[in-house]
Amino acid sequence: MPDPQLPLPTPTLDNLEFWQGVKRQELLLQRCQDCGNYTFPPRPGCVVCGSTRREWVRSSGRGKVHSFVVTHQAVHPALRGKTPWGIVDVELEEGVHMISNVVGCAPHDLRIGLPVEVVFEDVSAEVALPKFRVVA
Amino acid sequence: MVEFMRDKACIVGIGETAYSRDSGRSELSLAGEAVRNAVSDAGLALNDIDGMLRFEVDRVTEAELAASLGLTGLRFFGMAGPLGSAACGLVAHAAMAVACGMADNVVVYRSLNGRSAQRYGGGATTRGGGGNAAFWEPYGMLVPGQWAALSARRHMQQYGTTSRQFGAVAVALRKHACMNPRAVMYGKPITIEDHQASRIVHDPLHLLDCCLETDAACAVVVTSAERSRDRKQRPVYIRAATQHLVSGGRPRHTYSDTSAYELAETPSRYMAPRLFRMADVTPADIDCVQLYDPFTPNVIFGMEAYGFCKPGEGGPFVEAGNIEGPRSKVPVNTAGGNMSEVYLQGVNHIIEAVRQLRGVSTCQVPDCELVLCESGGGLGGLILRR
Repeated sequence: MPDPQLPLPTPTLDNLEFWQGVKRQELLLQRCQDCGNYTFPPRPGCVVCGSTRREWVRSSGRGKVHSFVVTHQAVHPALRGKTPWGIVDVELEEGVHMISNVVGCAPHDLRIGLPVEVVFEDVSAEVALPKFRVVA
Repeated sequence: MVEFMRDKACIVGIGETAYSRDSGRSELSLAGEAVRNAVSDAGLALNDIDGMLRFEVDRVTEAELAASLGLTGLRFFGMAGPLGSAACGLVAHAAMAVACGMADNVVVYRSLNGRSAQRYGGGATTRGGGGNAAFWEPYGMLVPGQWAALSARRHMQQYGTTSRQFGAVAVALRKHACMNPRAVMYGKPITIEDHQASRIVHDPLHLLDCCLETDAACAVVVTSAERSRDRKQRPVYIRAATQHLVSGGRPRHTYSDTSAYELAETPSRYMAPRLFRMADVTPADIDCVQLYDPFTPNVIFGMEAYGFCKPGEGGPFVEAGNIEGPRSKVPVNTAGGNMSEVYLQGVNHIIEAVRQLRGVSTCQVPDCELVLCESGGGLGGLILRR
């Protein structure tokens, strides 16, 4: 019996390109060709102006911790024995926010403003997840 | 448009089941009892109900409920969301329906075995990484308490808000519940020390920062102002009603979008000015507030968003006792709310608002004439008047 796993992404037609990018170790964001704003998660139209003129741009992968939560309750079988479990809201340089984990950082060392950069973690043969590590 | 809707519809009936941790009954059965009670409270017969509205997440469909109640003349029905945020929005829909003649008597209900069956706090809302959930569930972000904790920590960082101030909310609402024999937490007062000593669930939130998981159903009946004159209860007028989805894909508590935003900013901030304008009143006119309270920080955010105190001052405001007791500056959730009465996702708040305006609350605010009621942190709002 394999260890229980957190839910894995099920790519959709709206975000397939993002997940394919992550598998290639590229963090891709959608930028609006009309208003220039980045939006995340991916979607067919710009969340700021509604334009459907979208382009995929490689993110710098750098950002900082905007907020974080340390979960002490194993709200999923995969978290049993793994709490306290840190979850961060990372504000990327491009201005969008991503929910993620900071690898190699104990939950009690998380701080708002902590500088981080993206790393890629293979979770199955097909799927990888963007995570973050603290920038020295 | 605003003038057209003002005071054109009324809540004339309220009903609920017992509030428990294990109902031992189906959600369909609970919904039926709540609707029967609300219809009876209104002095109507079941077949007078010709409209029915439900939460999109309610597992009891209007078709099943109508069949179970023997309703044959339903001519207006539908649903609203998102998630558990629908309550006030549905009353807005009902008000429009009766004001426009789409229906005469519309019932809004919520039925939830939220403890014995679908536990939101235990990951029951997990969507298995599908769609946008793929952008948070794989990281262990699975339940509403985690979303609230992120916002709480931002507020603490920005304004110096403390855990004890969150605790002041929990203590105040528990005090109100202890005046309300229907409340799940009736007879179980807590102190700030109890709050501080309760286990950390999603740091910075303690267990006593979280709403209850409960089994129950609630319902309200909405009728046109004209028809309400014949009802047995004093009508409670819907003076203003609105919904709000913040542009940019927010509200961010569902993380449907994580573009530029401020975590501790709720939709209420955007909805509040419109709601007050529709009602032609100011925050100073409001006698009590029934505020969506899934977690204690939401009450602090709400006090700021509706202008009862300045942005960032919500913590000290609640700590000073301004929301506790029927004679406080802004009595909040006078039946105990989702924190201590029952977690019926805002329909219980509307029922308490009606009780206040009928003058029969267990924590009665003197001469209560205007109540602000919201659901989902400002996704829906009502101003009700006597």
